[in-house]
Amino acid sequence: MIKIIKYVIADILRNKIVIAYTAFLLAIGMSVFNLEDNTTKGLLSLLNIVLIVVPLVCIIFSTIYVYNSAEFIELLVSQPLQRKHIWLSLFSGIALALVLAFFIGIGLPVLLYSFTPTGFILVVVGLLLTVIFVAIALLAAVNTRDKAKGIGIAVLLWLYFSLLFDGLILFILFQFADYPLENLMLVLSALNPVDMGRILILLKMDISALMGYTGAIFQNFFGTTTGMIATILVMMLWMVLPVFFSLRIFKRKDL
Amino acid sequence: MKPVFLCIGFLLSVYCTPISAVTLHVEKGHSIYSIQQAVNMAKNGDTILVAPGNYKEKNITINKPIVLLGNNYPVIDGEHTYQLISVRADGVIIKGFKLIHSGTSSLIDIAGIKVYDVKNITIENNILEDTFFGIYLQGATHCTIKNNRLTAYAKTDQQSANGIHCWKCDSLSIIGNTVTGHRDGIYFEFVTNSLIWKNRSIKNSRYGLHFMFSHNDAYIANIFQNNSAGVSVMFTHGVSMLNNVFEDNWGDGCYGIFLKEITDSHISGNTFLRNTTAIFFEGATRILVEKNTFIKNGWAVKIQANSIQNTIKNNNFLANSFDIATNGSLVENTFNKNYWDKYEGYDLNKDGVGDVPYHPVSMFSMIVAENPTAMILFRSFMATLFDKTEKILPSLTPENLVDKLPLMKPLRL
Repeated sequence: MIKIIKYVIADILRNKIVIAYTAFLLAIGMSVFNLEDNTTKGLLSLLNIVLIVVPLVCIIFSTIYVYNSAEFIELLVSQPLQRKHIWLSLFSGIALALVLAFFIGIGLPVLLYSFTPTGFILVVVGLLLTVIFVAIALLAAVNTRDKAKGIGIAVLLWLYFSLLFDGLILFILFQFADYPLENLMLVLSALNPVDMGRILILLKMDISALMGYTGAIFQNFFGTTTGMIATILVMMLWMVLPVFFSLRIFKRKDL
Repeated sequence: MKPVFLCIGFLLSVYCTPISAVTLHVEKGHSIYSIQQAVNMAKNGDTILVAPGNYKEKNITINKPIVLLGNNYPVIDGEHTYQLISVRADGVIIKGFKLIHSGTSSLIDIAGIKVYDVKNITIENNILEDTFFGIYLQGATHCTIKNNRLTAYAKTDQQSANGIHCWKCDSLSIIGNTVTGHRDGIYFEFVTNSLIWKNRSIKNSRYGLHFMFSHNDAYIANIFQNNSAGVSVMFTHGVSMLNNVFEDNWGDGCYGIFLKEITDSHISGNTFLRNTTAIFFEGATRILVEKNTFIKNGWAVKIQANSIQNTIKNNNFLANSFDIATNGSLVENTFNKNYWDKYEGYDLNKDGVGDVPYHPVSMFSMIVAENPTAMILFRSFMATLFDKTEKILPSLTPENLVDKLPLMKPLRL
């Protein structure tokens, strides 16, 4: 299994896209801190990168990579290897490579220029989202044989998580404005890893604003250790469940 | 010769009277062992020097102008039942005592030191611990309350009262005191022409400073920190609020400064750090807000539509979640020459003033004002898109709430 992971990582690194992605993140990470004298503003720019660009790149790159390695997978399947190991190695290889890219690209500048609780949580959320979107990409790719359709599904999923879901939430908020929705919001936000990550960062970045209004409820949940652990656990579930389901499909799939 | 002697005698007696003021020593185990005993024996202008020790006195009443000095903080203990010192004469000076455990009551206002309708009182360098009201002045004029340290430990609002409580007073100087754990740190009602300078009001269970019907006062260089409702200035005109620090006042209904029905006042040189709302205007008129710094607040300024003719200029707005929020489309206030760190315009003629006007109210802040729970979507992709579209095509945000001369660089304050 380790051997396959090594091979996947070597393959990804040879493929220049991930190098370009790392360079792009690093360029942004360095420039936001060097252009702004105010590190809070720098972190704010990076927040948008972490919540929008990272999921997009991860989900599309992983989907395309899975399709492109179809022949390699077929070759491996013909060897005396368990399908489970093949699929998990593929997942670990892609995830490791992208995590490394994110850590060098965003993690290093943040640790250098703004090693604060906010910066730290930003990097953690970025790393979690990277792995989560690789997992979701695997699920999207394993379902269809058609590459164009698979990439389409991946893009739609990204759009759903970063935009449509929030639109839905806002719709619910205004339609049911007369009801106490705070606790429902807590539950709903667990259905979207991007939202969970964003709330974790908000709790550090905009704590003063969150302390007003409904903030008390969010703070009472997310701000406590139990809430933190619950949030991280839910995000872990977002990694494990897509991989688990994709694995089930892959095991029975007629390649 | 007799008239001459008489004259000399008279002159001597007049001359000697002040010298005849004596110092009475109070110490446990000596002839004068209680402070009340010494007060009863003292004549006008005498000094009572109290040696260290624990004095259980059941409300010392001072009814003549004397000086009460504590040597190395003698403790006066109210045994959770009594008031500690009542001042009922002009010109009393109280210095260097440690006053502890006053009684608590919901019927009468029991205090550490209570001053009744007199003038020229000085209360200096005392430590008050676990008192109900700390220093209570009613109808007092020309008094100085200086460098006292007040701490209370009450758990609920019913059991706690105000630190420095002033009612119907005039010309007070409240200087360099530290108040912690009381209900309101400093309470002013019907107090005029007074100065509050260099005090620290920290972790009080209601307001750091509570201010009502108190005209022509100034509060300068104070620190208000971690009070559960911040500072409130209401129904007043002519207040100067200069160079204060308002820090970490967190919660709904908690403000750095809450301005209600206040007119003709001046807010300048203050620092607002990490408050949920730094300044809240409600029915405020003709207030000049200048040279203040707003950092990392939830809302830097919330201005209700019923506030008119206020001027907000030359302030720095840095890293606030929202800069300005309002509740209507009518804006009768001026915002000019401020530095906004969210400003994205340019300055072609390099005069330091941005060429594009800045609208400090974001679309999302209007959404949150209408539906507070929407705060959960703050900084999401969709919220950012809303703000951008609103910048290009304003529809919901008030169009005339605008800074026409936004500064390109933060002011040095």
